[in-house]
Amino acid sequence: MGSNRRQFLRIAGITTLLGLGGGITLSASSYKPQSDPAQENEKRLRAGRWGMVIDMRKFPKDPEERQRVFDRIIEACHSTNNVPEGEAKPIQEVKWIWKDHFEHVFPGKENPFLAERVEQSEFLLLCNHCKNPPCVRVCPTQATYKREDGIVQMDFHRCIGCRYCMAGCPYGSRSFNFCDPGPYVKDKNPDFPVRMRGVVEKCLFCYQRLEEGKQPACVEASNGALIFGDLDDPDSHIRQVLRENYTVRRKVDLGTEPSVFYIV
Amino acid sequence: MYDAGKILIGLVIFLLLLTFPFWFSLGQASYESPDLQLPEDKEECIEDTEWMRKNHMQLLDDWRDTVVREGKSIYIGKGGKKYDMSLQKTCMDCHTSKEEFCDKCHNTASVDPYCWDCHVAPEEVANGQQ
Repeated sequence: MGSNRRQFLRIAGITTLLGLGGGITLSASSYKPQSDPAQENEKRLRAGRWGMVIDMRKFPKDPEERQRVFDRIIEACHSTNNVPEGEAKPIQEVKWIWKDHFEHVFPGKENPFLAERVEQSEFLLLCNHCKNPPCVRVCPTQATYKREDGIVQMDFHRCIGCRYCMAGCPYGSRSFNFCDPGPYVKDKNPDFPVRMRGVVEKCLFCYQRLEEGKQPACVEASNGALIFGDLDDPDSHIRQVLRENYTVRRKVDLGTEPSVFYIV
Repeated sequence: MYDAGKILIGLVIFLLLLTFPFWFSLGQASYESPDLQLPEDKEECIEDTEWMRKNHMQLLDDWRDTVVREGKSIYIGKGGKKYDMSLQKTCMDCHTSKEEFCDKCHNTASVDPYCWDCHVAPEEVANGQQ
């Protein structure tokens, strides 16, 4: 044999490397007919951090009329995102955008002599898409995660239904499907999936609509009472509104840094 | 060889058992791919038919990750055509019947993908059923 140990090791090492490298490249792209067939949609709305201002002054003063406007916004969300309605038990309720009274929206901020308009009114609530989201920290499967544009996204395919995120979220923005939601979705939107039993769901800022260059469904239905935009862009409309008005956020002392602001 | 007769008989029985699936199905009808209802007004799929038949499951799996996690929603298919990466909006737009297209092969092949646990099939919308 003309080869010594050094040569043998060298050849063995090189072939191993070649084999490994070849194997990895093969397994990554072998089945696809093109090398990189995925692209971003050109119409996609981009932002550094999406946020929302809920301007309570822009809703009608009359309580009944105000309820009607709230319900119209909620209906717009539910029909777009196939949110189930009318479940048999309260615990089965699935909430994406919903309404509640001041003392539940801003606990600790209430007092016995609150202004009437604040005390009697309900507020719209939705996922705050926190900058520092506790739900993302506790999710064991990374089914919920922070997108680059600030949206706290859910990958429903990946959710195992452990409900840690529901325990982690201080705003009650997450709902668990205790039963199959299918029968409770009235007219299914054929462009968006429903969820299944055992999956947690919440507002996703209509990421599928942003993809097509549209505003979230609730914003579109609100006639300007909900303002949606990029919090990182100092020239955006939402930043202008925030500059000019006094705004509050829910439970800021928890340090979650919500991206939803209220003008009370 | 000791007990050659017994061993040979045993071997023959063993071979017969081993090849059971082959000779048992002799003379029976072979597997036929089911007749799928193809879209009438569309000429081509996003990729070649053969390729789609082999790879659609992996493609859909890739799509769901690319769209949800990477934020890319456009697929460049055969001939550089652009498509929305969406089971409901793109696939089912042409293949309008889940029963006549998806289910036929899946049932014959005894596979039970769970796409439709969440995704809305076109008929469901039309009939308003679950």
